[in-house]
Amino acid sequence: MMNRALYARRRMVNRIIAALSTGAAALGILVLALVLATLFAEGFAGLKLSTFTEMTPPPGNSGGLLNAIAGSLILTGAATLVGAPLGIFAGTYMAEYGRYSRLTPTIRFINDVLLSAPSIVIGLFVYEIMVVPMGHFSAWSGIVALAIIVIPITLRTTEDMLALVPSQLREAAVALGAPMWRVIWKVSYRAALGGMLTGVLLAVARISGETAPLLFTALNNQFWSTNFGAPMASLPATIFQFAMSPYPDWQRLAWAGALLITLAVLLLNVFARVLASRQRQR
Amino acid sequence: MNPAADRSLARHEGIALTQKRVFTVDRLFHVFTYLSALAALLLLVGVIVALIEGSLPALAKFKFGFFFRDMWDPVKEDFGALAPLFGTLVTAAIAMIIAVPVGIGIAIFLTELCPRALRRPIGIAIELLAGVPSIIFGIWGLFVLAPFLQKNVQPALIGAFENIPVLSSLFAGPPYGIGIATAGLILAIMVLPFVTAITRDVFQTVPAMQKEAAYGVGCTTWEVVRHIVIPHTRIGILGGVMLGLGRALGETMAVTFVIGNAHEIGTSLFGPGTTISATIASEFTEAVGDLYTSSLIALGLLLFIVTFIVLACARLLLMRLSQRPGL
Repeated sequence: MMNRALYARRRMVNRIIAALSTGAAALGILVLALVLATLFAEGFAGLKLSTFTEMTPPPGNSGGLLNAIAGSLILTGAATLVGAPLGIFAGTYMAEYGRYSRLTPTIRFINDVLLSAPSIVIGLFVYEIMVVPMGHFSAWSGIVALAIIVIPITLRTTEDMLALVPSQLREAAVALGAPMWRVIWKVSYRAALGGMLTGVLLAVARISGETAPLLFTALNNQFWSTNFGAPMASLPATIFQFAMSPYPDWQRLAWAGALLITLAVLLLNVFARVLASRQRQR
Repeated sequence: MNPAADRSLARHEGIALTQKRVFTVDRLFHVFTYLSALAALLLLVGVIVALIEGSLPALAKFKFGFFFRDMWDPVKEDFGALAPLFGTLVTAAIAMIIAVPVGIGIAIFLTELCPRALRRPIGIAIELLAGVPSIIFGIWGLFVLAPFLQKNVQPALIGAFENIPVLSSLFAGPPYGIGIATAGLILAIMVLPFVTAITRDVFQTVPAMQKEAAYGVGCTTWEVVRHIVIPHTRIGILGGVMLGLGRALGETMAVTFVIGNAHEIGTSLFGPGTTISATIASEFTEAVGDLYTSSLIALGLLLFIVTFIVLACARLLLMRLSQRPGL
């Protein structure tokens, strides 16, 4: 005999929960879509050819974001060049030479914590170790701050990807008489290349939008500068300064810059995703 | 000695030499990667040491009371961390109260209710949104959300709760638009993709067989989620929530734009406030004097310790999950 009242209640509860979670999904997607919609509308409205060809203007004048774009490219590129190899080699140690070392789990744990540590603290750290001794803000210190964010990301992906390489491949190479370093370079790295590149791309995507660690390291610069010893402009720092200002011209440029960063980050993420899925198919 | 033996000897020596070189290279590469790994470890030690060293002047002056004093007076050089700490905890709490139920709801939708064709695109969209830089959410909050709340939401709430004892002080004051509540809301929007993505991932680790068995004996979708999926993934969800909390506590740019930067501990959620990261971001470059700078670094140290504990708990929980047999 079926308990009809109970059944009706169970069905009701189920309906309510289903409606609530569907509502949650609709709400979440709606809000996130709203953010993107505003960004695209305001960003494209502020985007002109002059955005790419002119320097950041003083308030009330027209201008572009050329020095900020160039600064961001330089800082991001240099930080990747500094941080990615370090992360990759550290990950190599953990997955290859030191797979069974007691050090490895400790590093993995610390690295996972660093992975999501507040980036503003990284900025303070670099301020203490570089800006204070040097006596002034500089692009170098900004590069170091961003590189410190790159390391945990590339370390994590490198270790994960190398761990996926079948041990038989390594054993076959070792049996042929190859020393470990050749096994790593010719076998492990080749097999895990796609995944490791994905990690580097994700790291680039992450640091290209980072603002907090740059605020008191690379600072900002209203002018064109390629001097690594001097403050350097960057898109995020410029957006921060311009958006907080009361000048409409600056605010428009801030939106344009925000759109550029978002597009770059989304593109890098999509690219990384394609690479990763290709890797998985192999 | 005959020439044949001579040649063979020479060849042996050659091989031995190459071998020696080969293994020197190997040793070098080994040491090199070892040092890189060590550097990653020392980074954390370095951060802590540098922050402690930088905050020594402030800690020497104000002792440990620094962390519990409600005082921020750059002119008299009198500093305490209570107001920023309060703001950090309250905004993060608001964010989690909103983001966790919504995130879990979306995860339930994605794993149990969503049509199969939509699962991947929605999942990918959420993962992509997790990568959008926080400064984007910051300016959206400043230019879109804050004015909207100021005009349409805050006056209504203030009016509605005017005569109710506790709520009237919680939703009091002029509707500024910016403030603690707005910052919490922006943080919620920001951590939502993280919480959703992790919860969905751990939901997917539930063996299909178990769920099907439960459906087979007549469970409704909610009963399957309630009695099979959630018990199975409790630790993972908690780990994901802690990870989101760690982000919310340390987030800088999304908050700095909309919190109002006032060192106040008010009862009203609509009042301006500040968080640790917002204080550092907006005052550090303007800080004059060693004590001011040092106090800001001490704030950074406090933030690092708090987030370190939260993130360490999160990782330990998630680690326990991955070590469980059958996963």
